[in-house]
Amino acid sequence: MATVDLKDVKKVYAGGVEAVKGVSIAIPDKALCVLVGPSGCGKSTLLRMIAGLEAISSGTCSIDGRKVNEIGPTERDIAMVFQNYALYPHMKVYDNMAYGLRNRGTPKDEIDRRVKEVAETLELSHLLDRRPRELSGGQRQRVAMGRAIVRSPKVFLFDEPLSNLDAKLRGQMRVEIKNLQRSLGVTSVYVTHDQLEAMTLADMLVVMNAGLVEQIGAPLDVYEKPASTFVASFIGAPPMNLLPLIGDGTSFADGSATGLATPAKAVTIGFRPEDADVAANGEVPAGSVTLPATVQAVEPVGAESFLHCAAAGGSIVVRVAGRATAQPGDNLRVVATAESLHWFDQAGKRI
Amino acid sequence: MTPRVVFPNKVLPYLLVAPQLAITLIFFYWPAGQALYQSMLKEDPFGLKSKFVWFDNFAKVLSQPAYVNSIKVTVVFSVATAAVAMGVALLLAVMAEKVVRSKGFYRTLMIWPYAVAPAIAGMLFLFMFNPSIGSVAVLLRRLGLHWDPVLDGTDAMILLVVAASWKQISYNFLFFVAGLQAIPKSLIEAAAIDGAGETKRFWTIVFPLLAPTTFFLLVINTTYAFFDTFGIVHAVTGGGPGKATETLVYKVYNDGFVNLLLGSSAAQSVILMVIVIALTAIQFRYVERKVHYG
Repeated sequence: MATVDLKDVKKVYAGGVEAVKGVSIAIPDKALCVLVGPSGCGKSTLLRMIAGLEAISSGTCSIDGRKVNEIGPTERDIAMVFQNYALYPHMKVYDNMAYGLRNRGTPKDEIDRRVKEVAETLELSHLLDRRPRELSGGQRQRVAMGRAIVRSPKVFLFDEPLSNLDAKLRGQMRVEIKNLQRSLGVTSVYVTHDQLEAMTLADMLVVMNAGLVEQIGAPLDVYEKPASTFVASFIGAPPMNLLPLIGDGTSFADGSATGLATPAKAVTIGFRPEDADVAANGEVPAGSVTLPATVQAVEPVGAESFLHCAAAGGSIVVRVAGRATAQPGDNLRVVATAESLHWFDQAGKRI
Repeated sequence: MTPRVVFPNKVLPYLLVAPQLAITLIFFYWPAGQALYQSMLKEDPFGLKSKFVWFDNFAKVLSQPAYVNSIKVTVVFSVATAAVAMGVALLLAVMAEKVVRSKGFYRTLMIWPYAVAPAIAGMLFLFMFNPSIGSVAVLLRRLGLHWDPVLDGTDAMILLVVAASWKQISYNFLFFVAGLQAIPKSLIEAAAIDGAGETKRFWTIVFPLLAPTTFFLLVINTTYAFFDTFGIVHAVTGGGPGKATETLVYKVYNDGFVNLLLGSSAAQSVILMVIVIALTAIQFRYVERKVHYG
């Protein structure tokens, strides 16, 4: 269908505020690319620039090899699902979905066939005569999806489409969106601030921060090898434990020696809560980090528990399977093996 | 629904609504009843003698060609004024939405005419369009248009409609601007992505969503054209030339206070009252059905 290419795209607002500071992303055909980042990182602005709703200050945006900087949203052949769904309140569900086709002069029977077909796939057939205000949140979401699909555009754009749904429905729709995108094979760009959504949906994950791309990669690659302390603390729940090092990386912030072969220039050591373990006083594999820790809080989630501990002059979280036996105030020994350690330099970059 | 409030005391609730009831009765129902009563009386101009004549006044009024003419004039005037005032205001509001810089300043300027009293507005237009001294009249004549509202009934009507609309435009503008701002921006964006050009977007998305505002303004403007334009008519044409711009309201004044036909004038105001009640009822019943709220 289509590729989307962004080359050094920037967005500068009238007041001189730089929302996007030069982003280059090449999205391959049929891929689902997820832009994830905290509020105000420029991900939505970037999406709106791809849609043509915001002017691109500099750089180029191409869809299917064609530069679209100067082309309006109407001619870009894209479809967008908005956070508030943006359904036309005065039109029935049928007309909402048919609107785009009618504007493009599609024959009437063809419109009818396509709308009914899409309604069938999305289980909306019985709702076609209703108006948006008579639908539930989940149904509105489906109609918004249907309106996008029915036109079979080159690219789908999703602007936090699930953030107005409750947690259970969000989980369902996430799976549905993924399946739908797979089966339709349409290149998609999906914006979210939810790292779980980002991890589960993406073929290609783009982590953004302060108008810049922090890392691009497959979700699990990003998880396993975060390119910076920002990515490390943004992807994964709970986030990676990061502890500052002093004295050329030989000791922790509280002065205790690490006893590790610290790479040169490393000022931060990191390990994931799920890679750490509570060890009895015994032998640990060579190269492991061992930290005496004091439990401050215990969060049981059911299948697992998270222990929030004070250790090495900072605070860390350790995941333990099942019910935790530790109580607040207990002293433990936390161990993370050599291969689970991540090192970051002064600029926060991965070593 | 809010829970029903039950007063333990039977008299208290009536006491509480009494002030409002008193005001309504004294200032609305009593005069209306008085008008109804007077419309069935035949009085001499000095109020010395009066005779109860039942519906004679109504029969006389309705058989007058001048009254039928006045109805026609009022319909033409009201429809034209409402259409012009709302059409221009909508156009200006849509344009004002597009202004990028100093939007607020521009909007404020648009609201000023509303502060001008109707009679003053009338005088402004009277002077501007006066065939012998008016600056606009000179321009029109230079363009080769024959312009004479003093002698030509159609010209007088046009002048009146322009003057009456001009004053109402800023009011309508204000409501249209508010209405436009209430339409979520994402709807317009969705429509743009759905392949609708600017004109198409306006007629298929913006205009239908403005329906509640438009309906509200339709009621307000019709009422305005019917009743609040006395000052303008009085200042600009005085109902002339001939009876070309004598609206129903103006005729009530003319017959009652100039010609001192008190009975006839009262009968006319009663008819006017019936027209207003009917008009409002029709508007709310039929137009509102096609209006989509939210």
